[in-house]
Amino acid sequence: MISFVNVWKRYPETGDVLRNVSFQLKRGEIAFLTGHSGAGKSTLLRLIAAMERCGRGQILVDGQDLSQAKESQLPYIRRKMGFIYQDYKLLKDRTVFDNVALPLVIAGFGHHEITRRVRAALDKVSLTGKEKKYPLALSGGEQQRVGIARAVVNKPPIIIADEPTGNLDPDLSAEIMFLFGQFQQVGVTVLIASHDISLITQLNHRVLKLDHGQLVSS
Amino acid sequence: MKREYKNRIIKDPPVKQVRQEIRQTKSAGGGLRDKINAHRDVHAHALFSSLGRLVASPFTSIMTIAVLAIAISLASGFYILVNNLQQLTGNFETSNQISLFLRDDVSDMHANKLANNVRDNINVKEVKLITREQALADFKSYSGFGAVIERLEENPLPIVIEVLAKNTLDDKETLSSLFKSFQQYPEVDFAQMDTQWVERLQSIVSLVRLFTSLVNMLLAAAVLFIIGNTVRLELHARREEVVIAKLVGATNSFIYRPFLYTGFWIGFLSGMSAWFIVTILMLILRQSVEVLSELYGGGFHLMFLSFSETLAMISLTSFLGVLGSWVVLICQLQNTRP
Repeated sequence: MISFVNVWKRYPETGDVLRNVSFQLKRGEIAFLTGHSGAGKSTLLRLIAAMERCGRGQILVDGQDLSQAKESQLPYIRRKMGFIYQDYKLLKDRTVFDNVALPLVIAGFGHHEITRRVRAALDKVSLTGKEKKYPLALSGGEQQRVGIARAVVNKPPIIIADEPTGNLDPDLSAEIMFLFGQFQQVGVTVLIASHDISLITQLNHRVLKLDHGQLVSS
Repeated sequence: MKREYKNRIIKDPPVKQVRQEIRQTKSAGGGLRDKINAHRDVHAHALFSSLGRLVASPFTSIMTIAVLAIAISLASGFYILVNNLQQLTGNFETSNQISLFLRDDVSDMHANKLANNVRDNINVKEVKLITREQALADFKSYSGFGAVIERLEENPLPIVIEVLAKNTLDDKETLSSLFKSFQQYPEVDFAQMDTQWVERLQSIVSLVRLFTSLVNMLLAAAVLFIIGNTVRLELHARREEVVIAKLVGATNSFIYRPFLYTGFWIGFLSGMSAWFIVTILMLILRQSVEVLSELYGGGFHLMFLSFSETLAMISLTSFLGVLGSWVVLICQLQNTRP
């Protein structure tokens, strides 16, 4: 589903951030991406999200080569991925419903279908009945679940999470990880960037470890 | 609905589920009608939400629209000025009159004879003789210097023969040869062709027209820049929203749309306001102009913007709004990455 082949990324200011990174994530696989801060985790996620292009090497997402894709194709590739962030990245002036509906509106779904899917997604993350609330009226854990609902509402085959439990207490973190496990079970590929060692060791998933831009264990 | 979703997750084999998901992502789900409705909804939403955003910050919106409306009303004011000037010179266009001012020593009888002589010319349509007394009477009543003239011991005005040529202005050669032949009469002290000053006036008007066109182009550029800058600020304020929309797979056109509509609304509302400003100013001016026109024998009426001109003005300002925001979006969104 996601494949990195000898990927290099260099920034003019900081030099090589990723050096010769190669790995593969299969369909329905769940993996942690870990490493000290500045090891290149965020850069790697930005490359998958096609927010940036790699310098050398090849990145395949669902069989599509990101470095070959035209700028106009990138939005359609991003629709295959659901992104979850530590700071949730919710629109504060929109209701929970509108936030979750955004990917569907963008993809051009009809009103009826949007309502159906948003309800289903909110139900999945146990936020039924909070559609009309605004994000700031919710707790951190709830906001993160809104973010997750938005990431999965389009039923993407890939979920990318950047420190999804960074702001949450262990109980809520476990809850979120349980949700990820459920998505994995239905064939979704999940990649979670995290440096929450206890969480990682607790869940016996595959771990990709970055150290100074190099993949030291996969 | 709850149960349906859960059941699917549990029962469906993973691979099949994923395939189904991919297909749905590509086709965006729903029938054609649903899609058309969705498309319409997205446009309607962008149209009204951008208007709503303008209303939500009334102070900023009113300031921007006021500045634009003033610029646009200046431009349309110039346009109306030129149009009215043209109407004025247009009235003279049919005037192919030649005035022959006779020498002082020519008697009335002699002048009458000369007038008959002129009337026989095949190129002459009409001849009118104005005697000294008549000229004085006319001058008294039109000029307002009646009292001064009465004190004069002697009538200073000459006899005038007004000749209206048959040909219109199109046939300039015949007219000027006619003019030259009249000039050679020994009785004629001074001959004047009205077309000369009409032509001069027309060339002045065309200069004014050129000048106002240039000024209007500058004003259009100002409108473009003001709207562009407003949309740039709006884009800056909504940067987060743009970033999030990009992350969840929004195409550039989806991101551009609300900002283009914002530009449209600003242009449209400014155009409307400018129309009001111009109309009010014209109503204030109208009475004075009518009075002045009356003094000059009427025939001139102040022209307002016609319906189609108003429509053209508002379309143009709306278009400038969309264009200004589009240029800004093209330049700015390249740099808006999460």
